[in-house]
Amino acid sequence: MEMFHVFLALTLMLSIFLGFELISKVPATLHTPLMSGANAISGITIVGALIAAGDGSDPLARYLGAAAVSFATINVVGGYLVTNRMLSMFKKKDTSSSEEAA
Amino acid sequence: MTLELINLFYVASAALFIFGLKQLSSPATAVRGNMLSSFAMLIAIVATLTGNNILPWEWIIISIAIGAVIGGLAAQKVAMTSMPEMVALFNGSGGIASLLVAWAALYNVDNSTFTDITVVLSILIGGVTFTGSIIAWGKLSEVMPSGAWVFGLQRVVNGAILLGIIAVAVIFCMDPAADSQYLYMLIALALLFGVMVVAPVGGADMPVVISLLNSYSGLAACAAGFAINNNILIVAGSMVGAAGIILTNIMCKAMNRSLANVLFSGFGAVKQATKVEGEVKPITADDAYLILEAAQSVTFVPGYGMAVAQAQHVVRELGELLEKNGAEVSYAIHPVAGRMPGHMNVLLAEANVPYDQLVEMEDINPRIEGIDVAVVIGANDVVNPAARNDENSPIYGMPIINVDHARTVFVLKRSMASGFSGVDNPLFFGDNTRMLFGDAKDSIATVVAEFKG
Repeated sequence: MEMFHVFLALTLMLSIFLGFELISKVPATLHTPLMSGANAISGITIVGALIAAGDGSDPLARYLGAAAVSFATINVVGGYLVTNRMLSMFKKKDTSSSEEAA
Repeated sequence: MTLELINLFYVASAALFIFGLKQLSSPATAVRGNMLSSFAMLIAIVATLTGNNILPWEWIIISIAIGAVIGGLAAQKVAMTSMPEMVALFNGSGGIASLLVAWAALYNVDNSTFTDITVVLSILIGGVTFTGSIIAWGKLSEVMPSGAWVFGLQRVVNGAILLGIIAVAVIFCMDPAADSQYLYMLIALALLFGVMVVAPVGGADMPVVISLLNSYSGLAACAAGFAINNNILIVAGSMVGAAGIILTNIMCKAMNRSLANVLFSGFGAVKQATKVEGEVKPITADDAYLILEAAQSVTFVPGYGMAVAQAQHVVRELGELLEKNGAEVSYAIHPVAGRMPGHMNVLLAEANVPYDQLVEMEDINPRIEGIDVAVVIGANDVVNPAARNDENSPIYGMPIINVDHARTVFVLKRSMASGFSGVDNPLFFGDNTRMLFGDAKDSIATVVAEFKG
């Protein structure tokens, strides 16, 4: 256990509190897009997949990394697209004068 | 780029993720929030690609292309009614990705014990998420029987698997290697455990399970972040973890059950509700029209049955006609009305119902006495007064939309059978309740035709 790990733990602790604060403000109406959006964000593993198998000379590590990149890309691409598709359906009343709230 | 510079970009990416989630607090800004979030992802990926020691380029291009095609097609093709299955599969995909990342991280030679422990955690959470999500998908899409799968000694077997996981994990951490047989055992046990945990949960409780697995997919990414010392994985993963836990909690509260009860209830005996007897008062669509025509305020209370009957478009049409007629129209949505959190809202938004007419249970209940007509479409348990009154009811204590307090209640129902949990619903016998029998879509269409004609 090094100092670096302690800082990672601190990052984790702060992110969890911030996550709870942010997400408890999401209205019930948007809970399904929130979930699919969260799916997309969990695709961040793609970053790990790109790095993890980098300097390993072992070919198996590369196969694992490549498979992880594919799975994570499904999440990223599919998650953001389907979330966008859903959120675009939410319209305010009186769509003729399309005034978007800031 | 140097490692420091890449990490600086990760900080920018984290800030954008946070900002994106913040904009999800209102439907008006949510589209932009989602775009910010995807931009944050792009920054993180591009910054990573500039570093040394990444996968060979041709590997990256091929694997991203495969994932992008699958994800893109799925996102375009999926029907809104099938969103729960889709989210379940995406949860699983995130889980297996984290498992694979942790596994690959074992090929780094200079891992500390701390790293090995986080690798084990990432493999466990990722593995459970993967197979658990596949079972959840199977039950939701009815590829598998959706009921609870129970057998004698199930708890003993699950306990044994859990002990096995702990034992193997400890042995592995003492002598970690990427080709250790204990690693393979650990992966196999994690995958098996995912199946065993979700199998005893019945189909009606799947919203809780997919919320929980959503959280796990984030936690798995978080653990993978520790395994490879990467802060953006930790930040983004914990946001997802928090989202899943909050939704799980909301779902449990809306059913008045603890998480343990949902996960293990397949084992328990079901209580028998007090049978209610009474006389139902049927109404024809013609008479329903006359009452709706005179109403000043109308609330629709949809359940998943409305989506099954594909009635949401004709319901929206009726809502618009009622508004033109001078009535105040709203749609009251119970948290567990659909098959996942917020599902019913998406289905109504798809049918062009404006989001400012979608109201939550807490908003409608205090003013339900002033509502002239509450129209219950395809919902049963979420409007069942037995949840308030009958201590023997299996749903006793569950918060409901008190439609029985409205001036008049229309219940659209195919015929006189009880809902999916087999609860007899005293609402059907209420003095102010009128039953509109028949296919919900046809019934509403008849009323709409009356309005127009």
